[in-house]
This record gives sequence, C-alpha cells and structure tokens, in this order.
Amino acid sequence: MTISLTRTLPDDRLAPAQPIASTPRRARRRRLVGLLWWSTCLILACLFLFPLVMVLLTSVKTPAEAVSSPPTYLPRTVSFANFVNLWHADQGLTVYLGNSIFVSVATVVMTLVLSTLAGYGLSRVRFRGSTLVFLLLLAPMMVPIQALLTPLYVTLLNLDLRDSLFGLACIYTMSQIPFGTFVMRNAFASIPAELEEAAWVDGCGVLDAARRVSLRLAGPGLATVALFAFFTAWNEFLAALVLLSTDDNFTVPVLLQNLITGQLGTIDWGMLQVGVMITSIPCIVIFLLLQRYYVEGLLAGSVKS
Amino acid sequence: MTLHVPSLMVRRRRSFASRRRTISVLLTLPALAFVAVFFFIPLAVMMWMSLNEWPLLGDKRFLGVGNYVDLFGDADFLHALAVSSVFVLLAAPLTVLIGLGLALLVKARRRGVSVLRSVYFLPLVIGFAPAAYIWLWLLNPDVGLVNRILQDIGVSSTSIQWLVHTGTAIAAAVTLYVWKTVGFSMLLLMGGIQAIPPEIREAAAMDGAGRWRTLISITLPMMKRTIALVLVFSTVGAFLVFEPFYILTHGGPGNSTTGIVQWIFSTSFFDYQLGYGAAGSVVLLAVLIVFTTFQLRAMREEQT
Repeated sequence: MTISLTRTLPDDRLAPAQPIASTPRRARRRRLVGLLWWSTCLILACLFLFPLVMVLLTSVKTPAEAVSSPPTYLPRTVSFANFVNLWHADQGLTVYLGNSIFVSVATVVMTLVLSTLAGYGLSRVRFRGSTLVFLLLLAPMMVPIQALLTPLYVTLLNLDLRDSLFGLACIYTMSQIPFGTFVMRNAFASIPAELEEAAWVDGCGVLDAARRVSLRLAGPGLATVALFAFFTAWNEFLAALVLLSTDDNFTVPVLLQNLITGQLGTIDWGMLQVGVMITSIPCIVIFLLLQRYYVEGLLAGSVKS
Repeated sequence: MTLHVPSLMVRRRRSFASRRRTISVLLTLPALAFVAVFFFIPLAVMMWMSLNEWPLLGDKRFLGVGNYVDLFGDADFLHALAVSSVFVLLAAPLTVLIGLGLALLVKARRRGVSVLRSVYFLPLVIGFAPAAYIWLWLLNPDVGLVNRILQDIGVSSTSIQWLVHTGTAIAAAVTLYVWKTVGFSMLLLMGGIQAIPPEIREAAAMDGAGRWRTLISITLPMMKRTIALVLVFSTVGAFLVFEPFYILTHGGPGNSTTGIVQWIFSTSFFDYQLGYGAAGSVVLLAVLIVFTTFQLRAMREEQT
C-alpha cells in the first residue's frame, strides 16, 4: 500500500470519469461542488487548528490577561512573562527538559541498537526457532503499558530502578522493540544479501560486511524506528507519572500536571500554555520534517502482514 | 590455477553462510534478554500478584482467586468497566465515521489537499497529556474560549460548567479523543479507498451510477475490512485512555468518569493494593485479547 499525506495518487483514479463540461449548467454545477468542497475542508481545518493556534496566542499574553475572565481572543499586549515564569517553575524548566531529553535519547539509542541487531539476525537466514524468536519479540505489542503498570512498578523496584529515568527508558524501549524489530527485519530483508557476499569476497568479516553494506542502506528503517521511539518517550504520561516520584526526576508531561495542582490550587493558565507549547512543538516540527517516515511507520505498525 | 578459483569461492561462500547463521542467532539474544526482563517476567509477576494480597510494604498473603471474586462484586470496578464501555461505544464509532468523512474529502488529488491532510493529522503527533490540558483550558468556565464563543454567537448566555456534570464531561472527553486520534483513522481509511481498483468505479460510472450511488453500493462495501480494522483500533485505543478523564475531570464528579485504566492506577498507587490492581489488569488484558482476536481475524480476511 502506498499512502502518504503529501504524495497524491499518480492519476486521479478516484474521481469518476469527469464528464466534459459541454453545457453551462454542468460547468456551474461543477464550480458549485468545488466551492462546497473547499469551504467544508477549510472550516474543518479551522476547527482542527483552533485549539493549537489559541494556545500559541495565549502563551504570549501577559500572565494577568491569560487568567482574565471572560477571556480575550487575541493578546492585547505581547509579553514573554509566561516563558520567564515557566523557566523558573519548581526546579527550573531546564531540569525537566533535561530529564525528557535524557529519557528520549536513551530510549531511541537502546531501541535502535536492540532492534537493529535482532532485525538483522532475523532477516538473513532462518535458523531453528527463528519464527519463535520473532513472535517472542513481537509479544509486547499485545500488552499495552497501561495493562502492565502494576507489575512493572514492582519489577523496577526489585531491579533497584525505582524512581529512575533509566528505568523509565527501559520500559519505553521494551514497548518499542516489537515495532523496531519488525521494521528493521523488513528493511534488511529488502537489501539483497549478494551485496554483503560481495563485501565478504573482498575480505570483510561477516559483521563488517553487514555494517558497511546493509546498515548504510537501512537508513529509512532506522529513521522510522528512531522517530517512534522518540515520540513515545517524549509524550508518554501515565508510566512517567507512576514510576517517577521525586520532583527533580519529572519529565515535561508530568511537570504540566505539577503546574495544575500547584500552589493553592489556582492554575497559572499562561504558564500552562507555554508548557503545552514546549511539549508539543518538537513533535510538530519533527512530524512536518519527517512526515514520510512517520506515515510509513504508522502503516507498517498497523497493516502488518 | 583457474580450476581452483571456483571451488575456493564455494568454500568461502559456505563458511560465510554458516558463520552468518551463528551470528544471526547471537544478534537476537540482547533483544530477547531485554524483552524477558521487562516484559515476560513482569507479565508472569502480574499473574502471580493477582493471586495474592500484595501491599506495598508488609507481608503478602496467598488468596487464590479471591481477588477475582472480589472484583466482580466490587461496585467501583464494575462502574469503571461501564464507564470505559460507554466511552468506547461513543468514541470508537465517531472516530470511524468522522475519519471516513475526512478520508472521502481528501482522498483525491487536488491542489492543496496534502496541506489539509497534514492539518487533520496534526493533533495525532502531540502527546495526549498536552492535548488534554488544551481542552481543560478551552472548557474552563472562567478562562475558557468555548463558553466565550457560545456567548458571542448567542447560543448560551450563562457560562456552562462542562467538566462538572457527568454527561458533558464524557462528551468533552469524547471530543478530545476524536480530535486527537481521527487523523489515524483518516489515514487508514484513505488507504482502503485507494486500494479499490479504479476499473470498478469506472464501470459503475459507465452504468450511470452517481457519486452517492457509487459510494454506497461500491466504495463502502469494498472497504468493509478496512472499516472493521479501524473500528477495532479505535475501540482498543478508547478502552485504554487515561489522560482525557484523569486530566479533564480527575475521574469525578465522584467516580462517575473513572475508567478502567484509572481504576487500576488508583487501586495500585493510591490505595497500594497492588495484588488487587494486578487482578484488575488481568481482566483488562482479557478484554483486550478478545478485541485483538477480532483485529487479527479482520486482517487475515483482508489478505484473502
């Protein structure tokens, strides 16, 4: 299946054969349908974008205007006071950003290493039990983290990884291994083994041949796996909420929760909007840049064969 | 000399193959060990925990199936299952219907269509937690824009307490879920539409079928499998939601919007009844396995 958000069909095979606009009535009708299509799509686009745009606008209001009731649509004065406030919130924003970045990078690196090795191991030759190994590595997909939270907490406790960012990254990595192994196995399988054999004939070792030839050609697969590992680690909320307990270990999504339940039960809405933006903008930027890998990954993860 | 070269090549090939086999086995071991420690052992621990009284501190006590017996007499647990089910019954069909509408709108090549697709897709890429905080703010009776808009266009003159009443709170969570995830349904359903051979539609057009007729008699019946698949995905996704309820309502008023995941969360980590929470997780897992079986069946039929 080749579906993407950007590429369109090579031919317009979905529209029924366009009748030639022979009469003015038909031409008018077609123009009307086009107009209707455009206005529907644009109204929907506004509805989808409205919440995100309003967050952006509210984040640059003054703190006082951000909590004014009734709310204003557009900021009366542009102010970056909310950013400054969030920067100094609790332990300081850099601590939470650092935690999120650490967990994300650790998850991406561990996922890439483990699933590249396993994906390569399962792609080239069939060995006894290789199907079983593949199924075992796919198994975590059947059990979402939400259903496994209680024993994961106990397991991390026993591994002395309680309240540990590394422990959290291990959980995320586990949840990404099925997808990663699946994608990397397919990526390597699509690279002809003859290329490696040629490198071997030229005097490379087996692993050397794999590294120099196949790994270089598996770039798109690596990008897809890294992308999803990052999105999971950066956005996940429930496991982070349960497994992290001290304030200076929180990731950014958990910080948002802290802002809400903060002092005296009042919510600093302007600061919250900045927090929402800081969490969301990296995802939006990365998605817009790497849309192709993201969409391919989603399809690979759902329409498996 | 020339005679030796091929046999040398064959021998080298063979040793390449056998070495590669050994190395292949070794390469899968790190991932296997990792999955064993962080998945299979916790899974087994969960089964064992569910058979015990398991406080965070203090002595564990074997109960057998006692936890399960308690669960099905526990009004809170049954209520949580009911809340999740109601949410699924509202959110999953809506996600599929709206996703289908969007897919039909943006299926074909037109100028600007790829921008529209990206826009409808955008909420999917941000986290559920920030998305929930956005809606918490929009729906706030004092500072939220939803009430302001309703007042400005004259629909309502009083400010509505969206998240305080059970009905509107569930509607809010459903809206958040649909807004956040409908792009995924759109993407898969677009694939389903594009997989229909164009000749079939052309033949229908030849026979004089209009747009609606083609949609109802050709497109939708041929997409049956994709629609079933998307329905299963959104059912599982909706059953597992946590943030929409936890962040929007904290499960309240009372426990009227506490779903199954939040029940597990508070039983295990507020009441510290880890064994009882694990038993609830096993029940959740059983429900998910039923859904996933449907999913696998739908996918298998799609291939044949």
